[in-house]
Amino acid sequence: MATLKSNIPSGQLAQKWTKHRFESKLVNPANKRKYKVIVVGAGLAGASASATLADLGYQVDNFVFHDSPRRAHSIAAQGGINAAKNYQNDGDSVHRLFYDTIKGGDFRAREANVHRLAEVSVQIIDQCVAQGVPFAREYGGLLDNRSFGGAQVSRTFYARGQTGQQLLLGACSALSRQVGLGGVKSHTHAEMLDLVVVDGHAKGMIVRNLQTGEITRHGADAVVLATGGYGNVFNLSTYARGSNATAIWRAYRRGACLANPCYTQIHPTCIPVSGDYQSKLTLMSESLRNDGRIWVSKKQADRRLPHEIPEEERDYYLERMYRAFGNLAPRDIASRAAKQVCDEGRGVGETGLGVYLDFSESIRRLGEDKVRERYGNLFAIYHEITDEDAYKTPMRIYPAVHYTMGGLWVDYNLMSNIPGLFVLGEANFSDHGANRLGASALMQGLADGYFVLPATLSNYLATQKPENRVTIEHAAFREADSIVRQSLQRMLETKGKRTPASFHKELGKILWDHCGMARNKAGLEKAIQKTAALREEYSKNINVMGDGGEWNQALEQAGRVADFIELGELMCRDALHREESCGGHFREEFQYTASDPETQQGLVNPGDVRRDDERFAYVAAWEYAGKGRAPTLNKEPLAYEEVHMTTRSYK
Amino acid sequence: MKVRLKVWRQKNSGSAGSFHIYETPDLNPNMSFLEMLDVINEQLAERGQEPIAFDHDCREGICGTCSLVIDGKPHGPHPGVATCQTYMRSFKDGDEIVVEPFRAKAFPLIKDLVVSRKAFDTILQAGGFITVRAGSPPDANAILVAKADSDLAMDAAQCIGCGACVAACRNASAMLFVSAKVSHLGLLPQGQPERYTRVQNMVEAMDAAGFGNCSVTGACEAVCPKSISIDFIARMNRDYAVALLKGDSKKPAGGGAG
Repeated sequence: MATLKSNIPSGQLAQKWTKHRFESKLVNPANKRKYKVIVVGAGLAGASASATLADLGYQVDNFVFHDSPRRAHSIAAQGGINAAKNYQNDGDSVHRLFYDTIKGGDFRAREANVHRLAEVSVQIIDQCVAQGVPFAREYGGLLDNRSFGGAQVSRTFYARGQTGQQLLLGACSALSRQVGLGGVKSHTHAEMLDLVVVDGHAKGMIVRNLQTGEITRHGADAVVLATGGYGNVFNLSTYARGSNATAIWRAYRRGACLANPCYTQIHPTCIPVSGDYQSKLTLMSESLRNDGRIWVSKKQADRRLPHEIPEEERDYYLERMYRAFGNLAPRDIASRAAKQVCDEGRGVGETGLGVYLDFSESIRRLGEDKVRERYGNLFAIYHEITDEDAYKTPMRIYPAVHYTMGGLWVDYNLMSNIPGLFVLGEANFSDHGANRLGASALMQGLADGYFVLPATLSNYLATQKPENRVTIEHAAFREADSIVRQSLQRMLETKGKRTPASFHKELGKILWDHCGMARNKAGLEKAIQKTAALREEYSKNINVMGDGGEWNQALEQAGRVADFIELGELMCRDALHREESCGGHFREEFQYTASDPETQQGLVNPGDVRRDDERFAYVAAWEYAGKGRAPTLNKEPLAYEEVHMTTRSYK
Repeated sequence: MKVRLKVWRQKNSGSAGSFHIYETPDLNPNMSFLEMLDVINEQLAERGQEPIAFDHDCREGICGTCSLVIDGKPHGPHPGVATCQTYMRSFKDGDEIVVEPFRAKAFPLIKDLVVSRKAFDTILQAGGFITVRAGSPPDANAILVAKADSDLAMDAAQCIGCGACVAACRNASAMLFVSAKVSHLGLLPQGQPERYTRVQNMVEAMDAAGFGNCSVTGACEAVCPKSISIDFIARMNRDYAVALLKGDSKKPAGGGAG
């Protein structure tokens, strides 16, 4: 069994972070330059961490599989970033952002981490503005805000519909500066294929150069993974095609625990699937719910065009079901409600899997120009994909896989259970519980990279002596190196009949059907069998063209898909064991019914998720037990000091 | 619909390349251009032939990874969109479509349709930033920025770094890319202290990377997936001229404050 010590500092919740920083060990400036730190990934978390650690004086090596650090998928985030600035004077505060996030996560996140996130949020905005991030402004020159789901204040900062792009370019500009100064060595087209663990500590990794196929070993005093989420396990998602789980999965196989893998976020507003050739789904930002109203017809199988359906025959179901939050209900709730009305036969579009997101009222109220100024690029994306004009006719939207709250287990210092291995951003599990609120992913990525890791890393490094760092000739490096080479060789030599893409598609369908928006025992058991069978077939029937010593996209994909198949099975195991519903994890067996007291008191609707705090108020951290053996479940109890776990109500 | 593809295949930068012809199976017009290539690649793999290498990632027009020159135009037939946002309904049944990599001296070929755009990173590393350490900035609203300046900076900041401007230019000039970054930071009050050293350093890095000069044909603007205006090139030229007039900033004298 792994030892999970959360290392949450003692004392008052609001003082923990300040106290912890003071009590943390430091490394003096002259010694900092002796330490080597590997950072994998250059999204918001990886780029900001690399730049900040180099600013502090550490020698940083940054690795990305992309051709440039600026391609990471943080770039595609549209809507915005939350911060408790209270610039709108609408009652926001650090405590409110903290509470909204804890509640939004359905009381399954770690309290102290979330409070720290809310505290640090205000500094992130300062940092980004100073870097030249062109956030939207008012005519007086001050910063503008908009609202996002799960909040009743306007605390979201944005740069048109391209906030992620602008924040990433900001973080990458800081990274570029450090590359120019020699503080960071940037390795591009470099994919991490194994973690090297020496005497129980993470001390390096094995990398494949995607251009030449060369396998290299890299040693360091600490390894930081900022490699994003694993939503592409579903094949179809809003993730970039290249987003993958290989780095975290290989770390898992080296002993790092993977926490709450079943917590996945299905985003309510995406462009619906149109055909089976489709390679990816496109998000329509949650910010659209500020001004768009979601509805379907009150009648089943209503084939009329949207403008032919009179107002009184429309069901604005979110406004009806969740009066207090309406169209800005949190994502898990909005997605389930969309599924529910479609399951009732009231969905729209060719497939019946869609609902309307309608701007006609806002266009009447604000004028088309104002709507264009706020969301022009999103309307343009919608038009490119669907060939429809959303200024004239409502958008059709449907939920799609968007984010994973689960990830590698980390303590308060963001260190995994393998000492020396740190995990940041979406790759870790720590801040969003069972559901993430909109505009909080960007906040967490930058909080981890600019402020948290730079303060906590020295706690570990101060216990390590750089002069004792092992060389890459150490047995642990040689062993990992040979495992990587063998596994690549095996994939190339199997010469079966099926492509990596066909396995990925099949896996995606299994998971979407049984471990997607609604889950149940029988379905999950079936999915576990099916993924295990798929893994078996993969090992015998994979076909990878070309060879390993050159640019080979099929080989890259084959490795990632193999990891996804194993991860998919673990997700289903986690979903099966968690006999409750919470946030994005909806087990059909555990939901509120009309006769429950909470329903009758008007706190929830029948069909809302029903937690079981007595049995499941813990983090499920799964530990690899070896090939072909069931993983071990470790539990970190969620002890709340300040907040009471209550019924999560948005009515 | 069905189309016929004429695709550039080249094993690596050291070997000679040539066009190969591929016939597609029946396609759905709502398929994206890259999804069409996915279909061809699956077909090739099933036949035991090596798939066509092409760059792509987000497939929603923001990461700047996808490239391709389609029928002579970087990012295909439509202005203001990237290849990944180009759909088969833009072509006719029976069309022959020519697909080539971005070609420029500063973008060496890696394989088939994939080129290296590392030179862009080198330019950014020379000056595409504002120097600011985490933890030191003032409150965000302490810096006022006129909305018009902020909006114009955002117009420039939208650049996705795809390199289409270079591929479209007869001189393979990177002026649109560099001027977008220079203008974005130079328009904001936060970018003023380094404004002139930035433009000088970035232009020098651009020249050193082997990009050509600008002769104002406007081809870059026409193919830019974010429709970035060549007005930014004029803005950069002005800043560069001022930087030259100002001369090198004084190097600090030796010795410290003790």
